[in-house]
Amino acid sequence: MTEFFQHLVNGVSVGTIYALIALGYTMVYGVLKLINFAHGDVYMVGAFSGYYLGTVGGGGQPSFIRAAYITLGAMIVCGLLGYVIERFAYRPLRDQARLTSLITAIGVSFLLEYGFQLTPWFREPVPFPPGPSPRFFPTLLDFGPAPSLEFLGVTVPKIDALGLVLALALMLLLQHIVYRTRFGTAMRAVSFDPQVAGLMGIPVNRIISMTFVLGSALAAAAGIINASSRPKIEPLFGLMSGLKAFVAAVLGGIGNVPGAMAGGLLLGVTEEYVAGYTSSSYRDAIAFAVLILVLLLRPEGLFGRATVEKV
Amino acid sequence: MRFASAMAVAALALAAAGCERKPAAPGPSPARAPTPSATAEAAGDSILIGHVASLTGDQATYGVSSDNGIKLAIAELNAKGGVKGRRLALRTYDDEGIPEKAAAAATRLAVHDQVAVLLGEVASSRSLAMAAIADGTGVPMISTASTHPRVTRDRGRTRPYVFRVCFVDPFQGAVMAKFAREHLRLAKVAVLRDVGNDYSVGLADFFVARFEELGGTIVSDQGFKAGDRDFQVQLTAIASTRPQMIYVPAYYADVALIGRQARELGIGVPLAGGDGWDSDRLFEIARGALDGSYFTDHYTHENPAPLVQRFVQRYREAYGAVPDAAAALGYDAARVAADAMSRAPDLSGPALREAIGKTKDFPGVTGRISLDASHDAVKPAVVIGIERNVGRYLTTVEP
Amino acid sequence: MTRARALLRSFLPFLVGLPILVVLEAVTPPDFSLILVSVGVNVILAVSLNVVNGFTGQFSLGHAGFMAVGAYTAAKLTTALAGVELPFLPQVLSDQIFFALALSAAMAAAALAGVLVGMPSLRLRGDYLAIVTLGFGEIIRSVIENLKALGQATGLSGLPARTNLVWVGISVIATVVMAYRLATSTQGRALFAIREDEIAAEAMGVDTTGYKVRAFVISAAYAGLAGALISHAILLATPRMFTFVRSIEVVVMVVLGGLGSITGSVVAAALLTVALELLREFQAYRMVVYALLLIALMLLRPQGIFGTRELWNLALFRRLFRSPRLAAAATSGASPTEIRDDSTTGGAV
Repeated sequence: MTEFFQHLVNGVSVGTIYALIALGYTMVYGVLKLINFAHGDVYMVGAFSGYYLGTVGGGGQPSFIRAAYITLGAMIVCGLLGYVIERFAYRPLRDQARLTSLITAIGVSFLLEYGFQLTPWFREPVPFPPGPSPRFFPTLLDFGPAPSLEFLGVTVPKIDALGLVLALALMLLLQHIVYRTRFGTAMRAVSFDPQVAGLMGIPVNRIISMTFVLGSALAAAAGIINASSRPKIEPLFGLMSGLKAFVAAVLGGIGNVPGAMAGGLLLGVTEEYVAGYTSSSYRDAIAFAVLILVLLLRPEGLFGRATVEKV
Repeated sequence: MRFASAMAVAALALAAAGCERKPAAPGPSPARAPTPSATAEAAGDSILIGHVASLTGDQATYGVSSDNGIKLAIAELNAKGGVKGRRLALRTYDDEGIPEKAAAAATRLAVHDQVAVLLGEVASSRSLAMAAIADGTGVPMISTASTHPRVTRDRGRTRPYVFRVCFVDPFQGAVMAKFAREHLRLAKVAVLRDVGNDYSVGLADFFVARFEELGGTIVSDQGFKAGDRDFQVQLTAIASTRPQMIYVPAYYADVALIGRQARELGIGVPLAGGDGWDSDRLFEIARGALDGSYFTDHYTHENPAPLVQRFVQRYREAYGAVPDAAAALGYDAARVAADAMSRAPDLSGPALREAIGKTKDFPGVTGRISLDASHDAVKPAVVIGIERNVGRYLTTVEP
Repeated sequence: MTRARALLRSFLPFLVGLPILVVLEAVTPPDFSLILVSVGVNVILAVSLNVVNGFTGQFSLGHAGFMAVGAYTAAKLTTALAGVELPFLPQVLSDQIFFALALSAAMAAAALAGVLVGMPSLRLRGDYLAIVTLGFGEIIRSVIENLKALGQATGLSGLPARTNLVWVGISVIATVVMAYRLATSTQGRALFAIREDEIAAEAMGVDTTGYKVRAFVISAAYAGLAGALISHAILLATPRMFTFVRSIEVVVMVVLGGLGSITGSVVAAALLTVALELLREFQAYRMVVYALLLIALMLLRPQGIFGTRELWNLALFRRLFRSPRLAAAATSGASPTEIRDDSTTGGAV
């Protein structure tokens, strides 16, 4: 029984990461109908931004202030990256066939992954690009000799608990932005019909840019949370998480913000249970099996609304 | 109809290709590769030695260390006048820790650069990928630290051109099994192995077999894949079986993360492993999470023998670090190769292979090296214990 | 009469190609021969992927999965038959016959996988189909990683060296002939119709699902052939060789050459492979080059170098080799026009 709940705890901690990344996927898909393949790599860049912010100038003592500064810094860096990607890679193609954008997105994704794997061009003040050897994320918070909480035999690492709290706070903030602010209303209008939204005076380009910035910042936060509890980071680690987050977004109904959160958590927990009780080597296949099942049985996702294709 | 006939034609032609094939034109064969000796001389005065190593990637310290060790050995040999009156030169290619790239690098060294001898790799998966090329091109290869039995053996037959200067996993696994069963008196052990890694899978199997033979039980056998960063699933499943020790025959970066996540999940039992643990990075990443754990290794820098201490001191002067096992084995491999070159009548593949095979009682820093009929070195292993984030020599186990 | 001519047209490339290949195999040095093998394998992959991505307008990202199926099927067969010798035949010949058998089995197994993947996936279109094929590719890899008989994640090593330039050359010719004959057949027209407008095609009575699955199966079979060839050239079959990064490499080749253009795929695959082989010193930059090429291409010339046209339909080529027969072939409309995607944003009316 303890094992059952322990898997639940582990699954939720993995699921929050998927959920945070999935939010970016789902928002971008909502406004552009584009699978932003590079989103998982923005998550990776988020972790590396944190690594650089944390190690430049010799680092410092672990503290809450430092953790907050690094998290916010990484979110800003990735927000900018998201803006640049949208502005220079996707916007020129907006009127082209959707597959053109998808291929470009794959290109951007590979550029980030393999660009980061090049041997460093310069070493001072920090080696950049990081190169193919894994880097180790600095410790942002030190919990001393007792790194975990324990309830009835179930262990909850404090860092994971904190990550969960942060992730939930960010999701609530996003929920507020999307449903309670003028920007959110505009975003939903663009997602409903970009042409009509433009006619109504909504600055469509700016809204789309902002959507990318918001999604990328969330991915960066996910990167930091994940890297502080699993400190080995290398340029390819965003790839699989990104794909799984996409599955989570589809599972929750793509374009649906609360759906993405639920989908992420559900996928994390499912993966954990299947891996825990059968074989962990099936872990990566599970996400894709879920994706295929969802797309075949309920393409609109668990929380989505079915749409009829018009000719 | 035309479509169907097109398919049929294509299939027929494919089938026909086999029969049309002229036996006069055999596939890529070793015979067509120019003999290394002819070109090594043509390349100039120096004898070229090829090295394939993971200078970057997940196991970067292995490659860097063994390269440093080889460089040190070559510098020493050249200072003494080289071999056969010629200087030794080293060419190292990085394989980023990927077997396919190791194979490509070995092909390049053997065919394009026409080296006299191939050194490397540390990791068994990559040595396995190189071994076929050494055999195919007829260039002798000395693996520095690959302990998987299949590196020198191919389907029950010893590979003619592949040698190693380290012990093999059936022995290494047995050493830890014996240590756990008889010295630590443990009955229940769990295993966590890297399923994508020949070394890890092999060593785990040998450990399990020997440990069960000695009357112990394996309570859980879990796997992970290279690149995994999250081991909580496996550790949770392992913890529920309440083992007294977890055997993790994997490479240092993964081991350190596993150690940390085990402590975070409140698992207090010791971890144990093999020579893959030996790297400074292990302690740097684990930050004390592996205290109380054990691993088997090729040598210890604490060995007071003058040969070892001289090597440790020179290495420290050259690179500012204590040499790890990969460095020591790289040093030994290069010296064994040079020794064989000086004994061989010429530097052609077959002659050199003959000479390497006759290596007997060679005084290496990792122990006396004698190559047996299956091209493996028969050497003792040491057990290292980790205390306060430092590895300490515990005991030596003779084969 | 026409049937005989059609048959001759299909056989002629083999008859011409075979002697050349045998000579090539005899004179090529081994390191160069490996480059030629990888060029050939990439050409097979690109042309076969073009059948799905170019002719049919579907977007598959799972080509590497089918390669894996072919590679492992052939590898199991050749290793099992490595010591066996046919009576009354020299060892070399008997090995080659077994290899032919292994290659056919590889194609059959990959085709079967193509049916299994194609049937469910092809209900979806566009980017969803892309992701699902990617998912299937990864599932195939994951299953291999869990099968003891296939060496799990460490794969199969020490395969017999069977691939040579004759086999690769014959396979390339077979792939190209297949693609060309397909493009000029009724079946090909149906595929183009699906690409141009699936709903209209269905309304015109084209069995869209049937044709799509067939295209998928053909494409998968040849991918399996390519997988079998490459694994017997580098004597290794590991799951790492067949990640979706490999699929993307093939997609880059197809897109670079022009979706729908056979010669485009051939030229792009050959050029990219050779160029990257020459830039070996800059190995690390290889994938970065792929990525930049993709992005630049999409921004500047999304239809690829050749568009949907073939080499001999290009203005430049026609000017160089002005021949009335070719010109007639070009105007007869053997190659359909630009791709239109029905899923552009705001396309619904």
